[in-house]
Amino acid sequence: MQLDPLSAPVLDKLSQQIINAYQRGFPVCSRPFEVLANEFDVSEQAVIDCLQTLDDNQVLSRLGPVFDHKKAGASTLAAVAVPMDKMDEIAEIINQFEAINHNYAREHDYNLWFVVTASDQEALDIAIKDIETATGYEVLVLPMEKSFHIDLSFDVCFKPTKQKAS
Amino acid sequence: MTAITITELERQYIVLTQDGLPLVPKPYHWLADKLAISVEETLAMTKDLLDRGVIRRIAAVPNHYKLGYKFNGMTTWDICDERAQEFGEKVGQLPFVSHCYLRPRHLPQWNYNLFAMVHGRTEQEIKEKQHQIKELLSDVLQTHQGQANDILTSTRILKKTGLRLRNGKK
Repeated sequence: MQLDPLSAPVLDKLSQQIINAYQRGFPVCSRPFEVLANEFDVSEQAVIDCLQTLDDNQVLSRLGPVFDHKKAGASTLAAVAVPMDKMDEIAEIINQFEAINHNYAREHDYNLWFVVTASDQEALDIAIKDIETATGYEVLVLPMEKSFHIDLSFDVCFKPTKQKAS
Repeated sequence: MTAITITELERQYIVLTQDGLPLVPKPYHWLADKLAISVEETLAMTKDLLDRGVIRRIAAVPNHYKLGYKFNGMTTWDICDERAQEFGEKVGQLPFVSHCYLRPRHLPQWNYNLFAMVHGRTEQEIKEKQHQIKELLSDVLQTHQGQANDILTSTRILKKTGLRLRNGKK
């Protein structure tokens, strides 16, 4: 498979092992990297160096807890439909709200999709009103009613060499 | 869904770790130091937050764009309400679906009630996944108006951060 080398870096074996095995279940103990080191038969420092390199290359967005903001507050998916030539301007306004933690441009009449989070429902309603006032567009509010599955693990196995032929 | 009440110390925990733990041999010691509690208490607090679901997982979180998964499609479906639960579960179990939710319709602007996020390395890959979901849902797809389903591909990420809690001290 031909991949853009900038976007799909060739990862060494240890990087692949860590990413594939630890998209959940990072150890909760005094020396967690030692646990990984023992598992992958390398030194603790090698694990830390590997993660540091992944972090420097932005292959890793972070190592740490992933919080459920529905448990620690209120949130909703929301969208606005704006003219194409106004997208950047409106996105900029929306992004300035601290309550916004994702904002995606999507191909649809509703072309800006974002997640609004707040400490509670009342604060969430106020944030949405504020966004409507600031942008001048009505916000489509689509709160989650039921969740079926979350957290996808992304497998990495881009390196054609040193992999068992499949 | 009811929000769980978190303590002030837990709020500080979130503020300190939402950008990740430091890559040092004893990251929880660093955290304990910042929280001014013992390491044992920090580890116990972490396990408790996991048990209560406030922490969903502790992970090496990859940047999926950098891994080559450049395309994500939010597939949206208008399925019959009586069977939405049953079929939502089926779609959620598909290995390539990362998020699957039921959300309210807003007629007339928005007639879809099921959302399933798919990821791929090419646009073709996500279209194929959309097709697989469509086959799975063939018996329950309906249309209040216009189409019974759609896919909203993401063209650009305009902002993406994890959970943001403001530091109360600010």
